[in-house]
This record gives sequence, structure tokens and C-alpha cells, in this order.
Amino acid sequence: MTHPIETEFDPIKLIKMMAKNGHNALIGAEYHGHGDGWCELAIPYDARLASDATTGIMASGPIFTMMDMVTSMSIWLKTGKFQPQATLDLRVDYLRPATPGRTIIGHGECYGLTRSIAFVRGFAHDGDPAKPVAHVAGTYMFTAGA
Amino acid sequence: MSQLNSPYAQTMGFGSARDGDDRLLLTMAFETDKMGRPGFLHGGAIAGMLEAIAYQTLAEALGEEDRPLLKPINVTVTFLRGGRDHITYARATIERLGRRIANIEAVAWQDDPTKPIATAQMNVMLDRG
Repeated sequence: MTHPIETEFDPIKLIKMMAKNGHNALIGAEYHGHGDGWCELAIPYDARLASDATTGIMASGPIFTMMDMVTSMSIWLKTGKFQPQATLDLRVDYLRPATPGRTIIGHGECYGLTRSIAFVRGFAHDGDPAKPVAHVAGTYMFTAGA
Repeated sequence: MSQLNSPYAQTMGFGSARDGDDRLLLTMAFETDKMGRPGFLHGGAIAGMLEAIAYQTLAEALGEEDRPLLKPINVTVTFLRGGRDHITYARATIERLGRRIANIEAVAWQDDPTKPIATAQMNVMLDRG
């Protein structure tokens, strides 16, 4: 059975709307790309988000925020519908600091689904996907009817 | 360098306080620029706060002299409850402080410390050059 909302789901529109508001707007998250079960966002370099004014290295908080948002999106792109969900946990491995001045791109994908849980993974890079700055793994729970 | 003076911490508006046992607390007011879904804190804002209190607690424990460079290895954040329109508090406990690695647990709550909204497990590299 197809719920009407499924056909109305427009990821680009949704991301643009989400990126304009709240904490996603504070970190400057932008749409970068999407496909079947995956999504990409970008955060242009912003000195206000640095962990250290001297080095200018981006703090890890904004990367966590982007990876939470982008892996969330990947679930809706996997299921083809927008449904409420909550992050159960998210692990971020920080492979290396992002180069100050560079846009950071976050890639998230939903690689597994059960009736109530979505399994996600992703990575972030600052220009070369083969040299990631971070790798993530996490789980989400669907909250409708919970 | 204090984590609380970093550009990110200032952008986030983190404050600090001490609890009854003189332990460092981080505070964060609920504002729209910390919000994810309407009415709730963004998980990323909570995670950023947990990381900041972990680093600041670690920096205090290491002292000012010969402090190693602190490099993040990883963080696992578990979200336990939605963060609502209230002030959020965070506190960190250093589980082990070694020569090269520190293992830290951080917790965030709002009205009731026995009802945490999120916890974090962090591994930090201590780079002594």
C-alpha cells in the first residue's frame, strides 16, 4: 500500500528546508547530492566553527551534526518516505583533522533496515573521498506508533 | 587553551558552572540554532557539548604544565531522551588517564541528573611530541 506522502517526498526540497533552520543552519549545511539510499551534504569552511582560533581546524561538533543529518536523510531515501525517527547512537572515528579553509562533504548511506531499526554508515572528506577525515556508524529507531 | 574559549564553543554559547562536589559542568541554553526537529535539541548540538566537556575536564586534569596536544580518536554518542526546551547540563568522568590515551565518559541531562538525555564514550590521544 502506498501512502500519499511517499510520492510527495522530495529530498532536495526537504534538505533545503531543513538546512535553513535550527542547528543545521548554524553549521551551514548544504545539499550536495543524493541517490538510492544515500545522501551527501556539505559544510563550507567557517572560522566560527573552529576548535582552535590559532590553527583554524574545524571542531568535531559540526562534523557530528552533519553526519547525523546526512545519515538520517539516507534512511528516508532508502525507504522512499519521510517518517519520524530518532538517533539511537552514532559513532564517529576521526581519521585526521580537516584542512582549514576547505569545504567538508559528508556522505551517508542506509545499509540495513528492519521494521523498527535503520542501520547507517558514512564518511566525511574535504575534497578527496579516498582520504576521509571521519568515518561514522550508527542506528536509528522509527518512532511512529512508538 | 580552554575549550570554552574556542570559536566553536563561543558560537554554541557554552557556559560553565561547578556542582556541589566542585566538578566542572557545561551548560547550554535551548535556542533555535541548537534545534533539530521542532522543539527538540539537535543530536549534533548535544554531541558537540559532550565532546567539549570531555576535553575541558581532561585539560583540567592534565594541568597547564607540559600539557600534551589532545587529538580526538573517536566518540560514540547514545541518545536516551529527546532534549527539550530547557537548559542542558553536561559532566565528564575520566575513566582512565594514561600516557598516550585518555578514556572519558560524558553525560548530558536537563531537569534531572538521574534522567540523562545522552551519554558519550570518547577516546582521546595525548600527543606529547
